Amino acid sequence: MNFDFADQAPKMMMLLWGLVAFAVVVGGLLFVLDAVPSYFARRREAQLVAASASGAPLPRRTKPREGFFALFFLLPTVLLLLIGLVVPALRTTLLSFMDGGSQNWVGLDNYRWMFADDAIVRVLLNTLVWVTLVPLAATAIGLIYAVLVDKARLESVAKSLIFMPMAISFVGASIIWRFVYAYRGEDQDQIGLLNQIVVSLGGEPRQWLLDSPLNTLLLIVIMVWIQAGFAMVVLSAAIKSIPADIVEAARLDGVNPWQMFWQITMPSIRPALIVVVVTISIATLKVFDIVRTTTNGNYDTSVIANEMYNQAFRYGQNGQGSALAVFLFILVVPIVIFQIRNLRQQRREG
Amino acid sequence: MTTTTPPAAVGAQQNDGSTRASRVRKRLNSRTATVVAIVIAVVWTIPTFGLFISSFRPEAELKTTGWWTAFTDPQFTLKNYQDVLFGQSASSGQLANYFVNSLVITLPSVLFPLAFAALAAYALAWINFRGRDWLYIGIFALQIVPLQMALVPLLSFFSRGVSLGGITLMPAWNLDGAQNFAQVWFAHTCFALPFAVFLLHNFISQLPKDLMEAARVDGATHPKIFRTIVLPLVAPALAAFAIFQFLWVWNDLLVALIFAGGSEVTAPLTVRLAELAGTRGNEWQRLTAGAFVSIVVPLIVFLSLQRYFVRGLLAGSVKG
Repeated sequence: MNFDFADQAPKMMMLLWGLVAFAVVVGGLLFVLDAVPSYFARRREAQLVAASASGAPLPRRTKPREGFFALFFLLPTVLLLLIGLVVPALRTTLLSFMDGGSQNWVGLDNYRWMFADDAIVRVLLNTLVWVTLVPLAATAIGLIYAVLVDKARLESVAKSLIFMPMAISFVGASIIWRFVYAYRGEDQDQIGLLNQIVVSLGGEPRQWLLDSPLNTLLLIVIMVWIQAGFAMVVLSAAIKSIPADIVEAARLDGVNPWQMFWQITMPSIRPALIVVVVTISIATLKVFDIVRTTTNGNYDTSVIANEMYNQAFRYGQNGQGSALAVFLFILVVPIVIFQIRNLRQQRREG
Repeated sequence: MTTTTPPAAVGAQQNDGSTRASRVRKRLNSRTATVVAIVIAVVWTIPTFGLFISSFRPEAELKTTGWWTAFTDPQFTLKNYQDVLFGQSASSGQLANYFVNSLVITLPSVLFPLAFAALAAYALAWINFRGRDWLYIGIFALQIVPLQMALVPLLSFFSRGVSLGGITLMPAWNLDGAQNFAQVWFAHTCFALPFAVFLLHNFISQLPKDLMEAARVDGATHPKIFRTIVLPLVAPALAAFAIFQFLWVWNDLLVALIFAGGSEVTAPLTVRLAELAGTRGNEWQRLTAGAFVSIVVPLIVFLSLQRYFVRGLLAGSVKG
């Protein structure tokens, strides 16, 4: 046994400190907010009593204004967002115009490097493949499954099966799938399911994760496996919220299931479809864990988030890492604008 | 379909034939539908199932035969779990230790954003002050900033502090050992806030206006309304966000890699597993059991609280 409770004591102390800090900050905030107004109320009462006793004119109300409360309610969030997100994001933008050690200005060199270096261009292309295939495949599978199991027996069990990968970490999912892709020599028994299937169909086992470009597709399978559950849940809820009388009217008109799907279901769930595609696209752009755990970005599988980590935290190239981060942000923006446009249009129609 | 029927019987037969045909087609349709659904369900479950079975197989078996042979030649053991959790050698995993780290990282990383975001969401929904809408839009917009944009400066903020023109605005944190957890909590809290405020605002702003006004007329102050009316009413939303954040933090790799580092004092399960997968990628007896150790807690949370999770998912994605 190598588990010593004494080793864990400092961590538990730290956890305790964290929880105490939490209680003090949140409790303190609420206490101050409670105490201050009641202090004002008491003072006003005292003033009123004094004024009525002496016959002097009543004092003006001194009640804390709404802004006072807003300030304290919002203080922690705004401070943390400034320190942890806004200022760092601005700094990253600046760093992307500086060299690796963040000493000298280099203008657009880091961006030029991004599009000139073959390895990085490959990374950008891989990201493009990811962000095209994952949302399409995950949404399509999620939609098909949602339609198929709708009102079926054991619907909730069937949905849980597809939804479960969402609870599994990307690292865990990567290990699960690496095991599916595992390779043993031709003369040995296969332990990976995929190679076993290939062998039993008369093929030769392959080292799936080493062959580009197939390996990128196999990594994409992992992401689709995780995200399809999300698509299924949101789309299933959208399907269920289609008004029953529309469905009934269509059925009375003798519409077959195929027409029902294209003419009733699809138009009704369009907003939900867009949300799903957008959300999965953004998640896919930032994918990091899967690539790192399966191939560590080798064999031509790297993507932007992975390369950003390598440049900034392994090679100490802050400039190039920051440029990749900024580029990632730039890629997210049009997707979000697309979604906002759609929402607006929807609101105008609805 | 009815072309071969004699003209005299067309009327009766056609009617009969079409209903029979449609019945057959319907049954075929529903049968294909069932088959397709089952195929998808199987493909989605088999990989996890295979890993689960494998984690109980002895090392020698696991490395030489496929997990499906366990059905014809069942041999099971708990040794993999014992090794990976408590093993002596440095290569064995020692996951029990990392499991504690994951817990220590996760609890405060859920509590802090939950409390701060609830306060902020209440203020943005029910307190009137100048610039409220702009502040909400600003926080909402921060959701789209990838956390990659913040990593490099935030790390240097922790290790070197902030100085502007030679004046130190904030000293370095100078943390060591278990104190490094504070960095991870801080980072997770900051990164979670935009989504947390957005999600909770969706719920809190939809509370009935009459209720709030009645409470105000009765002389209740904002903190009182927040504690006694709002919090109990939005408990499901708080639960939804807590589950989200729990799954996100427990399963996160990137933030932990950068702010917790790889040391056995602070690194969570995901970091350790990724390391084992990288350096000992063929030690399947460890990887299979290790993966399950990391999966089991989120899976329990997820399955027992799925209702809240789904509700949060729908509120967070569709209403937006």
